[in-house]
Amino acid sequence: MIAFDLSIRKGDFALVARARALGPALAVCGPSGAGKTSLLDAIAGLDPAARGRVEVDGVVLQDDEAGVNLPAHRRRIGYVFQDARLFPHLGVAGNLRYGARFAPAGEEPTLDFVVDLLGLRPLLARRTRDLSGGERQRVAIGRALMTAPRLLLLDEALAAQDDGRRRDILAHVATLRDALRRPIVFVSHRAEDVRAVATDVATVVEGRLDGATSVQPS
Amino acid sequence: MFSDDDWSAIRLSLLVASIAALCVMPFAVAAAALLARRRFPGKGLFDALVHLPLVLPPVVTGWLLLILLGRNGAFGRPLARCCGIVFAFHWTGAALAAAVMAFPLAVRAVRLSLEAVDPRLEAAARSLGAPPLWAFATVTLPLAASGLLAGLVIAFAKAIGEFGATITFVANIPGRTRTIASAIYTHTQAPGGDAAAWRLTWVSVAIAVAALAGSEALARRVGRRG
Repeated sequence: MIAFDLSIRKGDFALVARARALGPALAVCGPSGAGKTSLLDAIAGLDPAARGRVEVDGVVLQDDEAGVNLPAHRRRIGYVFQDARLFPHLGVAGNLRYGARFAPAGEEPTLDFVVDLLGLRPLLARRTRDLSGGERQRVAIGRALMTAPRLLLLDEALAAQDDGRRRDILAHVATLRDALRRPIVFVSHRAEDVRAVATDVATVVEGRLDGATSVQPS
Repeated sequence: MFSDDDWSAIRLSLLVASIAALCVMPFAVAAAALLARRRFPGKGLFDALVHLPLVLPPVVTGWLLLILLGRNGAFGRPLARCCGIVFAFHWTGAALAAAVMAFPLAVRAVRLSLEAVDPRLEAAARSLGAPPLWAFATVTLPLAASGLLAGLVIAFAKAIGEFGATITFVANIPGRTRTIASAIYTHTQAPGGDAAAWRLTWVSVAIAVAALAGSEALARRVGRRG
């Protein structure tokens, strides 16, 4: 379960976002430039100016009124960025292993588990610059999972993919949702992606996100 | 071909420049990181301070070092008393003077390469659980490796060539603080010293070329990774 009540301000841009998702997969929709990525940054603790409250599965990550504000590296949120942001000096395996040392003892998934889940075996020995866009996203998802995150954020992880690859990743996301029992927040502007995976949907309209609606994933 | 004094000057220069270049790098990286990544009050002043040894006459820098770290200096006396660390008229002082003079050049090289690394990669590392310093050391620094190398080489080259601050701070004592630069100076002051000055000049050229070639080779190896 994820709940947030955040106020984000960057120059002229302002976003007030408040929602509590009942299911494990919250889709955040809205036109581009609406602030969807800013919202994910704030949830991840990467926007020092964001104020408010973030709670995941009963753990309060930020509550400025109570003086709680965990830094990004202590939030244990796996963030899959829109541009993947793989480390160019590490190979695929190095990227996957990067965050594993920070996973809580006993909870860290094995490399084999993540590799098989996402079909990364053929990529393991590759350099990141030789990967396609879809492959980069899958490696980024795997890299995030290796930290045993309590929440997974996916920012347009499907946008740059062709149809076959999108269905493929969607299937992976659905697997994550069911197999890992970790909540997922994902940004998307394709209705069919939302229908396929989301249990809750929230929409950003004109600087506001007001509540999430439960939906039945197809 | 070389006198004993010349040999000891060559050895001392290599030692002083290596120690100076290696010791200045952590400080240069810290200062460059502050300048490249942080905003803080007084940043302009800090930037100016970092560049001070570049624009001050070297003899002024050497004299300030002497005032601060000489045997009776504000920091020199307590350092010598408590830890037995002596800089004045000692080869360690030559290394310190060279490091101070090389500092702004090393900072510039490192800063440029740090600014070229996408800060969002460090944010990604933090989101994966890496504390900020760890993220910097494992993501940004390796990606700025060529700049670190450039900083190291320019610091070494500057340290080999450093003269004004060194001779002011630690004088020109054969076998103790006489580097190649001060040895050449000594030869040029003595009648008939031209030949000896020429020989040491060629040594300087050889060291500079070797340092550049070595850094090129290293840079190619760094570039091949990833």
